Amino acid sequence: MSQAFRNGDGGRIDRGKRLNFTFDGQNYDGFAGDTLASALLANGVRLVGRSFKYHRPRGIVGSGPEEPNALIQLGVGAHTEPNTRATQIALFDGLIGESQNAWPGVGFDVGAINNLVSKVIPSGFYYKTFMWPAAAWMFYEKFIRSAAGLGKAPSEPDPETYEKRTVWCDVLVVGGGPAGLAAARAAGASGARVILADEGSEFGGSLLSSRDRIEGREGADWAGDVIDDLAGMAEVRVLPRTTVASYHDHNYLVAVERVNDHLPLGERHGPRQRLWKIRAKQVVLATGAIERPLVFAENDRPGVMLAGAVRTYVNRYGARPGNRAVVFTNNDSAYRAALDAADGGISIAAIVDCRANPEGALVRLVRERGIEIVSGSVISGVRGAKQVSEVEVAALNDAGDDVVGARRSFDCDLVMMSGGWNPTVHLYSQSGGKLAWNQELATFVPATAAQKSREVGAVNGSFSLADALAEGTRAGAAAARDAGFEVEGEQVPACEAAPGDGVLSLLALWDVPCGRKGAKRFLDFQNDVTAADVALAHRENYSSVEHFKRYTTTGMGTDQGKTSNVNGLAIMAGLRGVDVPEVGHTTFRPFYTAVTVGALAGINSGPELLDPVRKTPMHNWHETHGAHFEDVGQWKRPYCYLRPGETVKQAVDREVLAARTSVAILDASTLGKIDIQGPDALELINRVYTNNFATLKVGQCRYGLMLKDDGMVFDDGVTARIGENRYLMSTTTGGAPNVLNWLEEWLQCEWRDLEAYCTSVTTHWAAIAIAGPNSRRLLAELTATDLSNEAFPFMSWQDGEIAGIPGRIFRISFSGETGFEVQVPASYALALWRALMTAGEKYSITPYGTEAMHVLRAEKGFIIAGQDTDGTTTPYDLGMGWIVSRKKGDFLGKRGLERPDTLREDRKQLVGLLTENPNEVIPEGAHISPAPDSAKPVPMEGWVTSSYYSPNCGRSIAMALLRRGNERIGETVALPLEDKVVRAKITKPVFFDEEGERLRG
Amino acid sequence: MSRTKYSIFSLLRQARDYHRGWPQAWRSPEPKPSYDVIIIGGGGHGLATAYYLAKEHGITNVAVLEKGWLGGGNTGRNTTIVRSNYLWDESAHLYEHSLKLFEGLSQDLNYNIMFSQRGVINLAHNEHDLKELTRRGHACRLNGIDYEMISAEQIKQIAPIINISKNIRYPVLGGSIQRRAGNARHDAVAWGYARRADEYGIDIIQNCEVTGIDIENGRVTGVQTTRGPIKARKVGAVPAGHASVVGRLAGLTLPVESHPLQAMVSEPIKPVLDTVIMSNTVHVYISQSDKGELVLGAGIDPYLSYAQRGSLDVIEHQLEALCDLYPIVKRLRVMRTWGGIVDTCPDASPIISKTPVEGFYMNCGWGTGGFKATPGSGWVFAHTIAQDRPHRLNEAFDLKRFESGFLIDEHGAAAVAH
Amino acid sequence: MLLIECPHCGPREQTEFTCGGEGHIVRPDPATATDAEWGHYLFMRKNPKGLHFERWFHAHGCRQWFHAARSTVTHEIFAIYGIDEPPPAIDPSKAGSQ
Repeated sequence: MSQAFRNGDGGRIDRGKRLNFTFDGQNYDGFAGDTLASALLANGVRLVGRSFKYHRPRGIVGSGPEEPNALIQLGVGAHTEPNTRATQIALFDGLIGESQNAWPGVGFDVGAINNLVSKVIPSGFYYKTFMWPAAAWMFYEKFIRSAAGLGKAPSEPDPETYEKRTVWCDVLVVGGGPAGLAAARAAGASGARVILADEGSEFGGSLLSSRDRIEGREGADWAGDVIDDLAGMAEVRVLPRTTVASYHDHNYLVAVERVNDHLPLGERHGPRQRLWKIRAKQVVLATGAIERPLVFAENDRPGVMLAGAVRTYVNRYGARPGNRAVVFTNNDSAYRAALDAADGGISIAAIVDCRANPEGALVRLVRERGIEIVSGSVISGVRGAKQVSEVEVAALNDAGDDVVGARRSFDCDLVMMSGGWNPTVHLYSQSGGKLAWNQELATFVPATAAQKSREVGAVNGSFSLADALAEGTRAGAAAARDAGFEVEGEQVPACEAAPGDGVLSLLALWDVPCGRKGAKRFLDFQNDVTAADVALAHRENYSSVEHFKRYTTTGMGTDQGKTSNVNGLAIMAGLRGVDVPEVGHTTFRPFYTAVTVGALAGINSGPELLDPVRKTPMHNWHETHGAHFEDVGQWKRPYCYLRPGETVKQAVDREVLAARTSVAILDASTLGKIDIQGPDALELINRVYTNNFATLKVGQCRYGLMLKDDGMVFDDGVTARIGENRYLMSTTTGGAPNVLNWLEEWLQCEWRDLEAYCTSVTTHWAAIAIAGPNSRRLLAELTATDLSNEAFPFMSWQDGEIAGIPGRIFRISFSGETGFEVQVPASYALALWRALMTAGEKYSITPYGTEAMHVLRAEKGFIIAGQDTDGTTTPYDLGMGWIVSRKKGDFLGKRGLERPDTLREDRKQLVGLLTENPNEVIPEGAHISPAPDSAKPVPMEGWVTSSYYSPNCGRSIAMALLRRGNERIGETVALPLEDKVVRAKITKPVFFDEEGERLRG
Repeated sequence: MSRTKYSIFSLLRQARDYHRGWPQAWRSPEPKPSYDVIIIGGGGHGLATAYYLAKEHGITNVAVLEKGWLGGGNTGRNTTIVRSNYLWDESAHLYEHSLKLFEGLSQDLNYNIMFSQRGVINLAHNEHDLKELTRRGHACRLNGIDYEMISAEQIKQIAPIINISKNIRYPVLGGSIQRRAGNARHDAVAWGYARRADEYGIDIIQNCEVTGIDIENGRVTGVQTTRGPIKARKVGAVPAGHASVVGRLAGLTLPVESHPLQAMVSEPIKPVLDTVIMSNTVHVYISQSDKGELVLGAGIDPYLSYAQRGSLDVIEHQLEALCDLYPIVKRLRVMRTWGGIVDTCPDASPIISKTPVEGFYMNCGWGTGGFKATPGSGWVFAHTIAQDRPHRLNEAFDLKRFESGFLIDEHGAAAVAH
Repeated sequence: MLLIECPHCGPREQTEFTCGGEGHIVRPDPATATDAEWGHYLFMRKNPKGLHFERWFHAHGCRQWFHAARSTVTHEIFAIYGIDEPPPAIDPSKAGSQ
């Protein structure tokens, strides 16, 4: 069987280019220009999937993004992609597709047992059962879960790539049908930057499925000519295969271009998809309309299709979805589809029209063709398990709520249905635009736009070709004008459409009666929601639009309700006895059609690009010398340097010892550095630190603590006075940007009278801390600066030349050891590091990492903001009342420290802890309990903020925030761990060189 | 309590008549002129409050006023995570009480809220994360809340789709798991509470917006609504994102800011993930629903908004990190994104409190953590309203703490950093 | 994503900016402020539904703070003005204020 349902001519496929593909293991062929759906139909394949809940056999319903049934697992292995719509998959040679949600196969599916018990499992059944015995849900859920989902995720990482572009334009035209093309041409002619995007592979939209003529040519040819015109305009960008998927604030729209998806794997180059982020001055939405199904008994049988889709398959693809059709409609548009189908070789058995007296140009044309019209009637049943074989037709009663009289049967293999058309208002609604109910069209149409957008053509409820062209032309010109361009002579293209074009004369019939109980009338095909489910939701008072949607799951499938939503609302309105607008509609959410995760992520993932990696100038040296890195914010910092055969703990201990016994160096470049200048620099610093800086002389340094205005510790660091009106403030590594922003905010917003300027110089200057008894000796070998205590006392700094490199030497120490910090311009830092390593060889100089730094400072009881504080810690809690000035005026946090809770005496205060067993290291984060053996909840009175083994003390040390800690020095406290209770003595939080002799030595 | 009990038997019985005999899950009554208690806000918390007022305190002359449709705020917009692994005692006890109520809620409500205790994993991506999680772990253990630290390899065993390679930007160093935590069906929680509250005779009045709060001599006397004035002896407000708007009606300014919080679902796929995994550092929260959708939560948008929509860049950043951590998601598609309005407090902890207006009570500031607290919040708020004093579980969540400074800083445990 | 017109750099994407929240908050005199007043200054926010006068910081641009008058309902920005300027007169109903 080779394309038995393909017409010999007609359509926009290239019969010279035969493409082979596989569906469910069968080989087929199609033509270039086909979609997978059109190729399957041409090959007579009708059964393409199973529904989500009842596993009912399903066929293709639509021809575009509205398709609810034909969801395909496309491709294999790492290239597989679940839930792709056959109606939107461009056919390529070698395509492999599989049906989904069926086992063992789509023909015989075990899951169809659900269909047999469907009577017991209406909407929401799961809310009413699976509750016994208590807590049994987890048991039931296993089975329910195993039935979850449609397609399968790939099991391997995606081998393809994605990219993003950000563009600004004057006019974005969404949709390349007649209205969009006219708009783009009108706007483009003005010289405006125009982007025209269409989800199809070919521009023309409805023109590709019709036989209308514009400006004397076939519509599709006219579309091609317009695209050629646009290609000649320098400022116009034309994007085929590009779905505008979302409309955000301030005219920001996101589009996905499928760059490669239509090509065989071997022919794909560059990114698979490209995400366009478009900021448009003006937007023209020409997004068309989507046909509505009719909700009648057994309307889900394979072979029941939207009339317009059949027209598309016949006209555009030369493919016949069947040979003998019954048309079921409530409006005129299906007559046009019937005529085209008939011309395309499909015999029309009858047109069943629920209207009592259909008339109009199209109806007359059909009559003239001798096609039977069964008016005032409905399809009351459809037979055929895996394909339609027969329909039953019955007359409507006068009220239109039941069927009467004798049934008639028609043999057919295709049903073409039309319940009217819904404007594709998704993007418009996402933009915030309000919708209004149009009674004549029985649908929602745009009313008041919220952003700079214009809606033209079918999306505006203007279904005739002439209107589309006129509205498009005018809107394109107006958009260009509003974007600041001059437009001359907007020429609306002349067209010849079929008689009755755009006329629906629709009679709303939402819930088609069938005269039988229990016959399923589907509303949402993918999620198996029937009219009875809506009735159940109404009966149980899930009647508001959102309750009904959620309770029945209407519109929550991959098609997002493109064919089901309005039918559902209208049926609910009928049950409630109100007009549809009173029921309202659900909010349209991004995305219009689902967007690939990879496209939204773009290239910004992976070890290099997820977040910038910040490295110090010495990074490569660290890497080649065994550094074990940790992430600190965006920075990579050596945690320790592992020697061959060493464990992390051994390395840290070695580094800690080296700093106290000889000399060790730390790459401190990541610490934030802010250069503060100006006549009021001092005043600024005085207001943001708790202590007084007024006494700081040029050449001196001072440690400062910074509070938020609530009095809680925020950051800390050493500030050096560089000149009369110039200071260099250092911050924690993670806090650097926040501190700079903090200073700027206060300077610019509150203290506008202060003249001070803050510049981040973190990466301009690299810093090396040199610690240990041999640090002075080592540094002296590399500099002429007098480093003696007298000439260079603790907490001072001097300009100097080190190893021939001009820089700054600071006599500061976070290790508590005799030490210096040397800062040089970043590009010289590696040279300096190397010079220090070379000169230090005789002292067995040891590079040390962050963990050794932490141990060293903990030995001295120095805090780390963010580790020993947590946003609820005051300087007093830290035992640092000495740093809170009582003399100077106001500073940030001062008043905050005087609030009732911050003044409480029973606050948690920083203490030291020494375990009874000196080798026992308490885990950080362990909590202290006054009653460790009590039943849970065990009372807690504090927690361990820092805890290490200190090789210098020869024992473990810890710091903790403990309730009333200050007055409890000497007490023993208990720390209940998982498996034991550790006891520790409370001490002052300083364990080594309490007098600071080494520091100042 | 005359309603049809939900069970497999009632389902079978109803099936015989094509389910035409099911009663309304709740009525849609007209408001009465006065009530003992009015609850403003028909979300999960408000409905739970009403239910516990009736069940625990015998107060049934209650109306729940909802400006839209019940359960339509954050109750119906969150990523349905339920857990109690909080740091401070105050929060831990409250959320644990809530989790315990969740454990029996389907039976209590006779409504399957599908509480699935499939575990919640928190990932650590750096030393600081590990320290935070460890600290929280010790606190939880002592508070009687299940909590285990687990290695990257153990996480991989539970969730094979996770990438624990060292060669990603922020590798997984380990994490914690609360096994009793999990997901519940968010709508069902609201609907289940509504149905039971209604059974007690409580009036749930939808499409009824409160436009004014009547106060005489410092005491609440009723409310003005779009459906007319209603008198009440006590008024409890549970307005979530609209906390400031409702608070202002009572003359209160609150320490609350309303921000968009976005979430999204993928198209449904066959099960690949049977637990919930959260990552604070890279703002990725992922689970898979029983329909097969991957449910993804993102970080909050930085600006104030009542629009239930946020900016795309938040979603982009989240998905970038998602691709790093779960490489197989790259070819899947995001089907739908949406936003809620979260009412954030400076300390990432809620306010469940009496107010300076006598008889007017406020329950708000849940930020990103409200869903998991629904039963507990309703339970303690009902107590606060009924007794005119907080339960010991919500004593600390008083509005006055913003004056005294006794904040309950849960930024670490609140998952989404504010 | 919002499009914000920096008074110094012109229209830029929101991702270049840091939102500083409510503007025009007056820091009370710490010497005389009561605990309630201080708590109010630290934590209490108008958080209006509708017109909001707020601070923005062009962090990844000119690094200048400025004010914006923006609707928290529609996100429309009505005015951008200096950090030291008083809020402009804007009809709150235009911003969907409640």
